[in-house]
Amino acid sequence: MDLSSIFTVSLFRSALETGCIYALVALALFISFSILNIADLTTDGCYTLGCAVGAMVTLSGHPFLALFAALFAGACAGFVTAFLQTRMGVESILAGIIVNTGLYTINIMVMKFSAVVNIFNYDTIFRIAKRTIGGEWYNVIVILIVVLIVALFLAWFLNTRLGLSIRATGDNSSMVKASSINPTFTITVGLCLSNALTGLAGCLLAQYQKSCDINIGTGMVTIALASLIIGETLIGKGGVARRVCGVILGSCLYRIIVALAIRLHVPAECLKLVSAVIVAVAIAAPHLKKKAAYLKLRLAVRKKRLAAEKEMEVR
Amino acid sequence: MLRLESISKTFNPGTVNEKKALENVSLHLKPGDFATIIGSNGAGKSTLFNAITGSFILDSGSVILDGKDITFAREHVRSRVIGHLFQDPLLGTAPHMTIEENMALAYLRAGRSRHAFFSRISSQEKKKFREQLSMLDMGLEDRMKQPVGLLSGGQRQALTLLMATMVTPKILLLDEHTAALDPATAGKVLALTKEIVARQQITCLMVTHNMQQALDLGNRILMMDGGHIVLDVEGGEKAAMTTADLLEQFQKNAGKQFDNDRVLLSSD
Repeated sequence: MDLSSIFTVSLFRSALETGCIYALVALALFISFSILNIADLTTDGCYTLGCAVGAMVTLSGHPFLALFAALFAGACAGFVTAFLQTRMGVESILAGIIVNTGLYTINIMVMKFSAVVNIFNYDTIFRIAKRTIGGEWYNVIVILIVVLIVALFLAWFLNTRLGLSIRATGDNSSMVKASSINPTFTITVGLCLSNALTGLAGCLLAQYQKSCDINIGTGMVTIALASLIIGETLIGKGGVARRVCGVILGSCLYRIIVALAIRLHVPAECLKLVSAVIVAVAIAAPHLKKKAAYLKLRLAVRKKRLAAEKEMEVR
Repeated sequence: MLRLESISKTFNPGTVNEKKALENVSLHLKPGDFATIIGSNGAGKSTLFNAITGSFILDSGSVILDGKDITFAREHVRSRVIGHLFQDPLLGTAPHMTIEENMALAYLRAGRSRHAFFSRISSQEKKKFREQLSMLDMGLEDRMKQPVGLLSGGQRQALTLLMATMVTPKILLLDEHTAALDPATAGKVLALTKEIVARQQITCLMVTHNMQQALDLGNRILMMDGGHIVLDVEGGEKAAMTTADLLEQFQKNAGKQFDNDRVLLSSD
């Protein structure tokens, strides 16, 4: 198999399409995990929620309204998680897990108690784009427009006073209280925004693959985390705009890796394991680096000592 | 300006760890008062501050700031009019945000911008921040785009001080804010504190572990022990006091020797 048959334009294109959709989830985690410093496990259920709401509203003939409905639904899920952890004293990880579990029922209710909803013959934003734009890149154009709007919004929002307050909440909570900012409020806004983006991603995927499955969100948090970490490792820390770009890039890169894996006949069922390993390794990397440096130092000292002892014996 | 009316707080009531941190403490600070507080570990100094900032609810008594009863006001609401510096210079600033962004957050306390959630830092504000930073004389005005995490502890504490007083607070609480700094930096931050407090005529409470410092600074000195204020001297009487007088007074009022080695031994 030669390389040109692996790196095809269509591979690149589909990686860009799905990469940009998942980039929205990665951006959601960027807000909750990187900025607010909260491990928000609502993601899986919230993604399915966005998918289900998006599919149902699209079914009723409103593909554009579906985007906003999914945004709103996601924000509601985020609000419940935030409510539990800021006003009910539930541990943040637990709050996410609880909401995630509850959402399964909500999602299947939204899907009118069927595990799969198909929207094959209904107008989606992609179908409308195909009619108006045509060509092969209409999917990419639609998704890029959405992601661009979101990225620009985030770059602007995170530098407003409210955005600064949210960033400070995750950076130094004691300073936040002393600056007359209410952390309850900033956490709530942050989680609503974050989950709204997750919902939007779900809706885009539903319209993209013309169906919604109750289990579509399983493992989403790990995949998004992988994208986020790849992005942050590649771009590094810096201004907000730069980091947002990094996250999107990371997500596309992750999709290219996945597409290559599929091309190389790695079964699709194995991908979740692959992404789990990527995340585990990426998060463990700084720690392993430190440990390696320590071992190296210890080894060097021992070698020196052995050499010295040997010299003594020779004498 | 600040009136504490017989406030009490007991931690872990009913357990073996029960600790009466504050017992019927009353204090009245006049506008412009600069009081230093000295006392051994566990005397209730930090608890007193936390009672004022509202990080817990009092068992009894009330806190009145500038004529307003804030006993049950929430912490972030009170912090609009209270400046608070901690011993740890890392606590007062957000390390991954730039100096400018940190100052913008502190500036949120100016009531005007509280409603402007979606506004960004204006160039006019940037200029104002720059001017204020240059007063620190640490060259920070040329590093406004750098994350605060890159600054030294002293620089961070000076910045925190600036941020706490940028919008003049009704009361400034200093909790050994120079104790974690090296002597030279501590001196600089202290001089800065004196200057700002005098210029803006801020009512100020300062905990220190240094008796000489407690005597040199301010117009009033308080000594705490076992959740009580055991000594409260001000004005000319305070100005005439020496550390020996202070120790003698403490022994008389608290009925025991002053037992904080750190206080007795520190000479800087």
